Order: sequence, then structure tokens, then C-alpha cells
Amino acid sequence: MSNQGKMDCGRRRLIVATAAVGGVGAVAALVPFVSSLLPSERAKAAGAPVEVDISKLESGQMMTVEWRGKPVWIINRSKEMLDTLPKLADQMADPNSEVKSQQPDYAANPTRSVKENLLVVVGICTHLGCSPSSKFKPGAEEGMSADWLGGFLCPCHGSTFDFAGRVFKAKPAPTNLEVPPHVYLADTRILIGEDKKGA
Amino acid sequence: MTMAGGIYEKYKSDGSLAGNVLEWVDARFPATSMWKGHLSEYYAPKNFNFWYFFGSLALLVLVIQIVTGIFLVMHYKPDASLNAAGVPVAFASVEYIMRDVPGGWIIRYMHSTGASAFFIVVYLHMFRGLIYGSYRKPRELTWLFGVGIFLVLMGEAFFGYLLPWGQMSYWGAQVIVNLFGAIPVVGNDLSILIRGDFVVGDATLNRFFSFHVIAFPLVLIGLVAAHILALHETGSNNPDGIDIKEKKDENGIPLDGIPFHPYYTVKDIVGVVVFLMAFSAIMFFAPEGGGLFLETPNFYPADPLKTPPHIAPVWYFTPYYSILRAIVWNFFGLDAKFWGVVAMGASVVIFAFLPWLDRSPVRSIRYRGPITKTMITLFVICFFILGYLGTQSPSPMGELISQICTVFYFGFFLAMPWWSRMDKFKPVPERVTMK
Repeated sequence: MSNQGKMDCGRRRLIVATAAVGGVGAVAALVPFVSSLLPSERAKAAGAPVEVDISKLESGQMMTVEWRGKPVWIINRSKEMLDTLPKLADQMADPNSEVKSQQPDYAANPTRSVKENLLVVVGICTHLGCSPSSKFKPGAEEGMSADWLGGFLCPCHGSTFDFAGRVFKAKPAPTNLEVPPHVYLADTRILIGEDKKGA
Repeated sequence: MTMAGGIYEKYKSDGSLAGNVLEWVDARFPATSMWKGHLSEYYAPKNFNFWYFFGSLALLVLVIQIVTGIFLVMHYKPDASLNAAGVPVAFASVEYIMRDVPGGWIIRYMHSTGASAFFIVVYLHMFRGLIYGSYRKPRELTWLFGVGIFLVLMGEAFFGYLLPWGQMSYWGAQVIVNLFGAIPVVGNDLSILIRGDFVVGDATLNRFFSFHVIAFPLVLIGLVAAHILALHETGSNNPDGIDIKEKKDENGIPLDGIPFHPYYTVKDIVGVVVFLMAFSAIMFFAPEGGGLFLETPNFYPADPLKTPPHIAPVWYFTPYYSILRAIVWNFFGLDAKFWGVVAMGASVVIFAFLPWLDRSPVRSIRYRGPITKTMITLFVICFFILGYLGTQSPSPMGELISQICTVFYFGFFLAMPWWSRMDKFKPVPERVTMK
């Protein structure tokens, strides 16, 4: 430390400039590291649509297929199941499917489906991503309350959903289950992940 | 009593070979000064009771985890793809360690039991700090480094729990990563950044492996060193909560201090023996800890299509998990989910503020009155109730109880500046007591 008490302003400016340029370089060096954490090209490409044959799906049954690593449920709702939907409307957080992100426009209807009986829905709770369990039997038989009409219960935090994947009010899950884009290729064949035939 | 700058004389050889070697080393490396400063001439209060075992035990468990971890990595494969038998490679490699690697089962059980033991020991160590006021001035930084260790340890445990790629690994990670999605605006992108994919998958498994075996252990060791250095700078607190440095003999040595080595090194061996007896008993006879240390669903390989009927975090996370679940109201137009995450984060971070929340004129609970004793007792009861409820399925009754306990949990800290001052205090002794 020579020249004590006297500050060499030129030198100080050089130090500040060097530190600033060095800092910019250090921040720029972060870019490849942070971007390496983002989904890879392979992960982005993995979202191919899935074709499902539903010819063996009886009334009242449900099947699960994998699309983009997530479970997608296809439920062939019986008349009794469908009848529960209007009765529950006033207990639902979003009875008329007004939250746009949760379904394509063609499923924003009372049954949240293209065909009235067939519900296609992503089986991932909108709260924290658990997959709800089916509790199809009405009443307390499957551990639900006595006035339960049938639907789904998320085992993680207790959100409940009806047979249209609509969430009950005052539950942790903020929105209805997501209806994925899907299209009927034929009467018994569904393409999940795309809207248009042959696209 | 610092190690820096040669307050200890350099070692002079007695002419023997070993003496010559030590003199040569000591002239080039602060061997003598580190040994004296941290062990043979580090004066610790002579009245440590059994609560003071848990610091050295935490260090022992850290060593166990590192050594067993090194050997596990030799056989474990962080790979979520399915093998020829249709089982995820990661899950299969853990089974391989358990069944086919000689001695593999015991190393793995040491590691999994060690994880729970780590938290038991650290919780007891923190409780010791709470009752004897160890975080009070001048030891605030020691406490802050300790809180940092606790946070890193939680991350370490969380990342490690994904690696066996069982059902609980998978769905636990799914839930916790989605918590970040609750943050407004950036949440969704942030959870994608953490997973490295749109779902928990191979990318997630590999980065968690990297964090678990490299990044977090490095930070952890650094923080442990800082924790001990800060402690040795100020000197240890003791059950009476008084400063032994205020009464020194003519050589400047605290009258109530004894050298850490050999007195406490030898005493700690007793603690180590008792601890290892309990540790071995769990490892050999109940390595799953009744489903608390290793949860049953984790013996099934991860299935992205099916959540187990009951998912709960490992026991050491359940108090905070209960607090997360207790928040069911929306505030300021933001989701209850977001506030749950905020409350959960706050319930851990709030420990860092203890040195400034506690306004009691004395440190130790021995000289504090009924208010402090009641508050700490209720806090511990609340912590246990929250912990228990976190292992259970959600229920309306459980929700109400967890809400009451959550209010008390935060009340304990936030009202501390008032209740810690209101109490009746007893006069503290001049010198430490040996009760």
C-alpha cells in the first residue's frame, strides 16, 4: 500500500471497469449451466399423441393410458354416473368449465366431453400432481362420506372430483382436471394429444 | 484461542525422527496450532450434560453417510428406463445392492438408517440450543450456519429419497416439485426447470443424483466447518448459559473450562458407543423403522400412472408437511396452495431468527420461569402432533388440529420478543454448576 491517503482515480476506474467486464463474463458463463437444466430436445420431442382402442370399455368402466408420461383416464360413464353431474353443480368450484386452460373448447360443456358418455381426462390432480383414486361407489362404502355420489379422491391432500373431473369447492385443488386435446378417429378409436384427424 | 497467526509456538523437535518430521511439517503447515486451538487447548465448559453429545454424534453420522454413500454409488445406477424385465434400472440396482452385492444390504441399511438418525440427532442438537439459549449473542453465526446445515440436510434427504425410484420416491418428488408451481408467474417454468422435463423422469432422477452425491455434500461439509470454526471463535455455551470466559486464571484459561481433548473426546466416546448400540439395533432388527424410515410403497417400483393410496413424506418432514396442508384459505387473490408453500418454507426458515426473537435476560432455561417452560413444552407437543398428523391421511379433525398447532407454532416464534421478556427469572450463578 504505497501512496497512502491519496487515491489514484485512474487506477480505481480501471479496477471498476475490469470488475464489471469480468462480472458480465461470469454471468454469461452461467447461461449454458442454467439452460442445461431445461428440458432437452429429446424430452420436448417425447410428446407424441397416443392412439387408444376403447372397443372393450364397458359402461361404468375406466381405463388408463400413458400420454407424455402422465396417466390419461378414459371413462365410459353409465347413465347413473351422468345423472349425478347436474345434482352436484352447486358444490363445484367451476361447474361450467369456465377456466379455459383446463379443457379444449369442444369439451367445455356439462359433461366435459366430446361424446356424452366418454370422459377423457388427465388423471393428475391440479393441486400437486398426484393421481386421484377412483371412488365410484356412492355412499360410505369406499371410505367416503354418506352423501358421496361417486367420483375421485386424491389420496395426497383430499381433493375430490366428480364423474366429469370437476373439483369440489373448498378443496386444495384449484381447478378441474385437465381434458387433453383428443379426437375420435373412429367410433372406438381415440387419438389423445391431437385435435385433428391425420394431423 | 484462534488458530491464525502463530499464537502457539511452533513445534521444536526433541531430536527423534517423529519429532523431526513434525517440526518440518509444523514449519510449513499450522498443525500444532490447529491441534491446540481446536482440541488440546480449546477450553469447553466443564458442566456439559448429555445434551452435548448430539453435536459430535451429528458429525459421526455425517461420516457414516459419506462412507456408506461412496460405496453405494459403486453399484447404484441413476437410470429411470426399464430393463429387460420391465423394472426401472435404478430400482433394480437398489435391489441388486440388497440381494447380490456382498455386504450391500448392510451398507444400504446403514445409509437409510443413517438418514433418519441424522435428523433425530440434529433435532435433539437443535432442542439443546433452544433450551440453553446457545443461539444468543455472541453465537448467532454459529446458529445461522447450523440452520444452513439443517436446510441443506433437508435438501440432501429429499434428493436422496428419489434415488431408489420406488412409488414413494416418485410421488413424493412429484408433490414437492409441484409445490414450486404454486409460486405466481414463474412457478410453472420453475418446476419444469427443477424436473428438467414436463414430468418427473430420467432427467429429474439424474440431476437429483448429482445434487445428492456432489453438490449438497460439498456445501454441507463447508457449512459444518464454518459451524465449528464459529463455535470455537466464541467458545461453547453450557447448561447454565453463562460465559466461562469471564472468570479466567492467571494464564488466561477459563476457570470452568477443560481442554476438549482429552476430556470431551473421551466423554464423547461414551455417547458414540450408546448411539451405535441404538443405531445397530435399528439397522439389524428394524431397518424399515416400522414404515417410518423406509416406507412400504417404496418397495414397489415407480409407476407414473398410479399414486399409492396413502402418500406421506418421511417422518422428519411431516411437521412441515402438516403446516403445508393446514393452510386452506386464499389470501390476496393468491391460491391456498401458494400460501401453504410459503407457510411451510417459513416454518423452517423462522428458526434462523431465534437469536433476535429471544429477549430473555438469561440464556438457559434453568434460570427462566414458567412462561418459557410452558411455551417450549407446548411447542414440542405441537411439533410432535404436526409430525404425527403429517403421516396420516387428510381428515377434517386432523385439519382443524393441525391448524391450531400451526398457529401455535408460528405464535411461539413471533410472540417470543414479548413472552421471553415477561417471564420470572432466577439469578444466574457466578460459576457453572455441576448438577
